[in-house]
Amino acid sequence: MNELGTIVGQIIITMLSAILVENLVLSRFLGMCPFLGVTQKTSTAAGMGVAVAAVLMIVAALAWIVNVTLLVPNNLEFLQTMSYILIIAAVVQFLETVLRKFIPPLYKALGIYLPLITTNCAVLGIPLINTQRGYDFGMTLVYTLGAGLGFAMALVLFSGVRERMAKSDIPASLQGVSGALFAATLVSMSFFGFQGLFAK
Amino acid sequence: MSTQAEVPFTFVLPKEKAPKPKAIVIAGLVKENPTLKMVLGCCPTLAVTTAAPNGLGLGLATALVLTMSNFVISLLRNVIPDKVRIPSYIVIIAGFVTIIMYVLKAYFPALDKSLGIYIPLIVANCILLARAEMFASKFGPFSSALDGLAMGIGFTIALFSIATVREILGNGTWFGIPMTPHFFSPAVLLILPPGGFLAFGIVMVIMNYLTRGKVGGDVACATCNPENSHCAPDSILGGKA
Repeated sequence: MNELGTIVGQIIITMLSAILVENLVLSRFLGMCPFLGVTQKTSTAAGMGVAVAAVLMIVAALAWIVNVTLLVPNNLEFLQTMSYILIIAAVVQFLETVLRKFIPPLYKALGIYLPLITTNCAVLGIPLINTQRGYDFGMTLVYTLGAGLGFAMALVLFSGVRERMAKSDIPASLQGVSGALFAATLVSMSFFGFQGLFAK
Repeated sequence: MSTQAEVPFTFVLPKEKAPKPKAIVIAGLVKENPTLKMVLGCCPTLAVTTAAPNGLGLGLATALVLTMSNFVISLLRNVIPDKVRIPSYIVIIAGFVTIIMYVLKAYFPALDKSLGIYIPLIVANCILLARAEMFASKFGPFSSALDGLAMGIGFTIALFSIATVREILGNGTWFGIPMTPHFFSPAVLLILPPGGFLAFGIVMVIMNYLTRGKVGGDVACATCNPENSHCAPDSILGGKA
């Protein structure tokens, strides 16, 4: 019973720290392109967030399997970066084809975001972090889920800020990305308050 | 000039001639500076610029990868089938990134430790794929290598200057050497994550002001925008019919 308690506790801590403390976008700067590029509207931001979170889960699971069953036993760890990026490209292409063929409504909602995910460093970064920290399969899934949720949350929150900004009168030099960066500073600062939420 | 080298293939080549070397260098350093004008590769720009050596290190690593990947991609530009070009480019880039990663691990362990996962993440940097797609797939190997070098140095200059300002103001040091008088208390915010956004935001405002808003704007990181993406073309495996 006590053991179960520790495991559940560990899962909750890992999850929360992935969402809040080590937020992908706001404290690790991964996935800046979609963070600045598709957050003009909350609906697109949410779409991108969900697409990235879903792809992340699949990619992280596959990357763990490939790493543990193929790369490590054969001393091929130096191929990690290359195999992970190929897994990402393959998963994205596979999802695009399958969704278009079998679930057209979902494809219509998320399809345009899928190709952009291949050059999203968040999707490559998370499997690399998982490998670096030596997570087992369960922890990989928990951490990845947290990271994906954190990413989606950051995008949606930030798009709310930007929707309000679009309605206000701001100087020409501050319009577009530069103004967005100042807004991001404030959002990031508020997330910085979570630092030290859990003792390391 | 170098486009004429591969005689048997000249009929496949587009008519467009490679720009002059001087034009390539000026484009990379100033006119189309990847960070300041095209706003590509924001992740490393924000993440590693907390200290000058990190900015310089990642900038040079990226420049090396970009030069070599541009050279090889340009050599192979008539061999790679159009439909699988993006995955091919990614594999070539990933190969060079792996080489650089292990070189850094062996000879610069301290730098490797402070850059961490941002070295393997060079693979996912928009700049590399953008240059492969926009330059190396069209022009000869030597112009392409020069383009990679110029773009890489332009990227390095931007990273290094942002990192210098952040380290001096945020930590009071430069390359670890104390730089500020004792009564100045460093603005720690600048080397924390929010400071990354702030510093880059200020740089963008200055660039916008100097060029009267022609820069960045929505071209920017929004190159990864569904409507106009040239860092992630239509379909990754080229499968879109």
